[in-house]
Parts: sequence; C-alpha cells; structure tokens
Amino acid sequence: MAGVFHTTLALRTALRYLSPSCTLTSAATARLLPPGSRKLLLPASSVQSGVCSRRLHAGAGGPTPSPAAAPDRLPFSKVTQEDLDFFKKVLPGRTITDPDLLEANNVDWLKSVRGYSEVLLRPQTTEEVSQILRYCNSRNLAVNPQGGNTGLVGGSVPVYDEIILSTALMNNILTFDGVSGILTCQAGCILENLSNYLEERDYIMPLDLGAKGSCQIGGNVATNAGGLRLLRYGSLRGTVLGLEVVLADGQVLDCLATLRKDNTGYDLKQLFIGSEGTLGVITAVSILCPRKPKSVNVVFLGCETFEQLLQTFKLCRGMLGEILSAFEFLDSECMRLLNTHLKLPNPITDCPFYVVIETAGSNPTHDEEKLHNFLEEAMTSSLVTDGTVATEDTKIKALWSMRERVTESLTHDGFTYKYDISLPVERIYQLVTDMREHLGDRAKSVVGYGHVGDGNLHLNITSPAKDPALLAAIEPFVYEWTAGCQGSISAEPCWTPRASSTLIKPCQIIYGD
Amino acid sequence: MSGRVLVGVKRVIDYAVKIRVKPDHSGVVTDGVKHSMNPFCEIAVEEAVKLKEKKLIKEVVAVSCGPQQVQETIRTALAMGADRGIHVEVSGKDYDNMGPLQVSKIMAALAKKEEAQLVILGKQAIDDDCNQTGQMTAALLDWPQGTFASEVTLEGDKVKVVREIDGGLETIKINTPAVVTADLRLNTPRYATLPNIMKAKKKKIANVKPADLGVDMASRVEVLRVDEPPQRQAGMKVETVEDLVGKLKEAGRI
Repeated sequence: MAGVFHTTLALRTALRYLSPSCTLTSAATARLLPPGSRKLLLPASSVQSGVCSRRLHAGAGGPTPSPAAAPDRLPFSKVTQEDLDFFKKVLPGRTITDPDLLEANNVDWLKSVRGYSEVLLRPQTTEEVSQILRYCNSRNLAVNPQGGNTGLVGGSVPVYDEIILSTALMNNILTFDGVSGILTCQAGCILENLSNYLEERDYIMPLDLGAKGSCQIGGNVATNAGGLRLLRYGSLRGTVLGLEVVLADGQVLDCLATLRKDNTGYDLKQLFIGSEGTLGVITAVSILCPRKPKSVNVVFLGCETFEQLLQTFKLCRGMLGEILSAFEFLDSECMRLLNTHLKLPNPITDCPFYVVIETAGSNPTHDEEKLHNFLEEAMTSSLVTDGTVATEDTKIKALWSMRERVTESLTHDGFTYKYDISLPVERIYQLVTDMREHLGDRAKSVVGYGHVGDGNLHLNITSPAKDPALLAAIEPFVYEWTAGCQGSISAEPCWTPRASSTLIKPCQIIYGD
Repeated sequence: MSGRVLVGVKRVIDYAVKIRVKPDHSGVVTDGVKHSMNPFCEIAVEEAVKLKEKKLIKEVVAVSCGPQQVQETIRTALAMGADRGIHVEVSGKDYDNMGPLQVSKIMAALAKKEEAQLVILGKQAIDDDCNQTGQMTAALLDWPQGTFASEVTLEGDKVKVVREIDGGLETIKINTPAVVTADLRLNTPRYATLPNIMKAKKKKIANVKPADLGVDMASRVEVLRVDEPPQRQAGMKVETVEDLVGKLKEAGRI
C-alpha cells in the first residue's frame, strides 16, 4: 500500500502546474457550466434548489418555457468582439459564428432541447483547449464541452449562450500496443472509427452502443457510457486506464497512464469518468481493449413471459458462461415500432418478449456446440417459443439492428420521454406494466427494452406532441416507483436534470438527515 | 412429374469480410476466414421451400460441392426447409480448380439421377461472379432455362419466369424439367428458426464422389495471378476552369 509520501510524490508528478493548495473550487466548476443543469456532484452552495429542468423545445415557433423551467442564467460574461478576435487567433478557421452552422450543435439528437450559443470552437490539440479554457476562466465566460452530441437527455447542448467547445477535430489515434491491447487516442475519436482501426489489428473496443457512428470516446468517458458489451467487458471505470483532462482554469492534468496496474497516488481519473464535463474537458483517453473474438454468434429468441425470459438468462449464464457477451431484451411494443416506422420485419413469430444474445469466443466449433446445447435445452424446456441464430456478419448486423434501432424507431413515433433505470433484475418489467396501467390512454406507446443482464431498463413513453400533463403523470410516479425498490434512475449517463430533487431524498434518508 | 427440386448451394467467403490476396498472388486468403452460403443460393433455397409450402412440389434436395466444410452450408439449407442434402466430395487441388464447368456437369448428372423436375440455382456466386453454372447445366441437360428470375410461377407442366434483363422485365414460359437461376428480387430469404434448426440436425446428407457420377473434374482454366484492384488515388481540387483544362492536358487526358 503506497505510503503518504509516495502518494504526494505521485500526485506531484501526475499533476502538471497544479499547486498543492489549488483545488477545484465550486466557483471554478461553476464557470464551466451553469450549475442548474448538472448538479449532483457539486457542493450544495452552487446548486439551485427546487426543481431544475431543461427548457424544452416546443416546436417551430421557438421554445416556450415548460412548467419545469430552466435555471436562470447565471451572471457569466457575454461574448464580445475582443473574445472572438482572441478565439480566431488561437483557432484560425475553426471559430464558428454562423448561426446555420451552429444549429446542429445547439440542438440535441432528439430535438428536444435547444441552446443559444453563438460561438462554436473546434480545437485540434490539448494546448488549444488549455488556452481557450484559461481565457474563458479569466473572462468569466461559460463553456459547454461537446462530443458527438448523441446524448438522449439534453445534456450535451448549451442552456443559454455558453460557448460550445467541440472535440470533433481532436480525432487522432496516438498509440496502440498490440501486445497489451492498450489504445491511446484523442477524445474526439468516433467510437466506430476506433472499432474499425482495432478490428484490423485483431482487437475491439470494450464498449459498443447504437450511437457508435457519431459518438466520441471523450463523451463516452465523460458520461460513463454503458452499452451492449458491458455484461462481458465491464464498465469504463474498469477499462479506462488513463485520461488527459484540461481543468476549468486551463491547467492540464496528465493522468494518461498506459499501465494496466498502477496503485500509486489517488485514482483521479475516476472523478472525471461520468462527470459529464463539469470538472474538466477530457482531451485524451487510454483504454484497455480486448482481443477480437474469432467466433461471434447472435441469437434472437422469443419468450411468452418475462419470468421465462429471466429463466432463459439464468440458463444462458450457466450453459454459455464465459462466451456470453451480451443479453438484451425488447418487448412486443418495440417490435411493433420497428415494424411500423423502420419497416424491419420480425425475424421470428410474434411474441410478447424478445431477447438478443451474443456469444463471443476464440473457437467457433466450441462456441457453436455450447450454443446448440443451450438452444436445445431452452426449446425443449419451453422457456423459449421461437428463435433464430446468425453466424454471418450481415445476418448478425440485421439481428442486432432489431435492438439497436429501437431508439431510432421511437423518434418516429412522436415526442419521447426517456428514462434509464437500474432495478433489481426480477422487477424490471413490472415498472413498464405498471406505467402502462397508470397512464392508460394518455400515452401513445409505452415500451421497455434494455440491458436486462445488467439490470438496466430503458423505459420510453411517446405522445404525438410534447404534453406537460402526461409528463406530470409520468414523473413523480416513475421516480417513486424506482426509489421504492431501491433502484437508481441514473443507471447510465442519461439521467435527466428534472430528477435532481428526487435523487437527493434517498441520500438524505441514508445519511440520517 | 417427380415433384422434386434440386437446389445448388455454394459455400463462399462471407459478403461482409474484407478480402485479402495471398502473398504469392495465387488466390485470396480463405483460411480462418468467415464463410457462408452465397446470397443468391439462399434466395434459390427460399424459392424452392416456398414452392413446397404451396404444395406445388414435394421435395427439396440441397446440393453442394466441396470439402467437409460445405456440410455446414447444406445444414443451413436444411434449416431453411430443404428435406435432404447431397454432399459431393471435392477437395484439394480439384476443389481449388473447380469452376462452373465441373459443377454444372455434377448438377446435370444429379438432376438426371434424382429425376428432378426443376433445378434452381443462384444466378451467380459472389466470389467468382461467373454467372455460368445455371446456363451450362441447362445446356448439358438440354433443358430450357429461365435465368435472372425475379418471379417464378408453376403452371401445370410449364414454368412462367419473369426475367430481369437490361431493358426491363421479360416474361417467358418454358417446359419442365427446367433450370431456373435466382436473381435478387425473387424473394427475401427467411431466417432459419430454432425448431427448424433442431429438426435439420436429423435430416440426411448423402455423400457422393464426382467419379460416382461419371464426372471428370479436370479443369481447362489455369489461374495465372490474382491482384488487388489499384488503390484509389486522391483527387485534386482546382480553382478555375483554366486550371482544370491545364491539369487535364498535363495528365494527357485531353
């Protein structure tokens, strides 16, 4: 165990320019973003009490304040011509003020929230990010770090006129070690590009999500993204080995270790993983990558009841064991949306529940034998009523798209209310059934899908247009239900700011206040 | 009529795999590379199974030529609904040199032996793009052929085939027995469902050698060299029309 002296030494070597007495004050962090929008981790003084919410985009006529209003704009400076001149000097040709070009960065993927930023900065190096943040800090200008802008909870776009700092041009892969499987790259690398790079070298990224074609690794780390492979490879808290982060005042924190094991000093990178851009801008990542499996199989199964689905999961864990790499579920409502909006046909007969199982191993014969034994058992014990198997790439992609494109199909159904919830596994679907009963005809569709293997439900409700009355029916209900079984509404980095006041309650109970 | 349909299925490198040329330029790398059923053969199997489901024919027999591994491809056809399989064992040099001529001789011999009413093949394989096996098989059997089929209808002892041709669609009516080759829009192959995959394990695959069918596997074609297509060169942007003309002249294009 490293002694105190050892710790201090390691800290000094790790932190460039950071003096021991300087800490991340609430003021410094407050300058990064208006506190109202992302508050859980900040000291109480900088948190606006009461219900905090994003101002929701109402439609073509421009936004109107929703019942749960956004926090007031804090007294940050406004961008002046001198500021623009400075930015243009540091980032020539990469300081964007054209409103048409800014549109895509001001609105989130779901088109549910809009910011009013007038400046988009696109640095290419850590040094440039450092200069920008140092300047903005001195001028008291608010900054909104942005990666791929694929987040689904309105967390990636400005609330007001914060300067958008995009990592899109920081897309270089720095190093890759073919023996240890450790990859270092800039934060703006798109996940799919990293996957392609690694696949040519016989490795894969430890995480995979539907947004892979657009999301950036920096954003994935900042939001502690989970994804489809978490069941097998674990979360980013385990696979990220090091980070390079630029703090609010421009100082560069170099924790970009590429060592698999390092117990010296405080594990500072864990603070930034999942911090959603509130503690610093991640500029580089080093991540441990697994070997590309030689044999991948995908199975698509249909179950009559959720109970049978859970039994299938148990059977799967037992019989497939170490080759199991994903276990996802979707319900018949999801299938209906996929059929209707994306014209994707059901690969099997209609069932109340569907499961996507992926196996990944190093020996095709061995894996297929295990898989066939499992399937035979599942069929003969009637846990599963129908299913299909894919071993070829094109078919595998087709089966995966049944799960990966549910989010897309929901956007075609109307305005979507999204909830990402961690629950005890056996209660996962109960919330969906209860919500359906609770809402009755008020909602257009109520669907449930997600990483059942990790106990993580994506509950989605749609209505033809944004409906405050529906929202009022959904919101306290879903949070109370979740708290009732000690679940969490921020299973993956998709928690909504609206939840903040409810989230604080369980903590208060636990800590006896 | 026997009510029996013969379907040829070929095991090829999977469509999504990145192809690499062997260092000695004698061919492409196949070891350890993912293989699957040729997509057009899948469409052929699907069509045959559909005909059986409509009760227009009685039995679907899936045939593949090659080494032990092609049995997987036959099993996939069985899982899609074929009744039994025939594995024509060809390996080593014979397999490397096997082309449409040899396969069509085998198919012709089997069609006669099995008294097939219809032989359905994919229009071409995605590895060699030959588009010859169906036509050669029909010629060897002296049977009519309906190639590039996007629609097949059995009408008594005739077959109506809508063919995809350059000018559009051509509809022909041919006598059975006949050879039909499947084009992309003929149907969408089904996913093999679990119950069928389980049943397929019990279906029979007979083993046959080309010699048993009186087929000579000698090839008349020798592959001299295999190369990758030339790398795509980066383009160039020019500011004015004069620049463009100048650059084209420089490159000797005009």
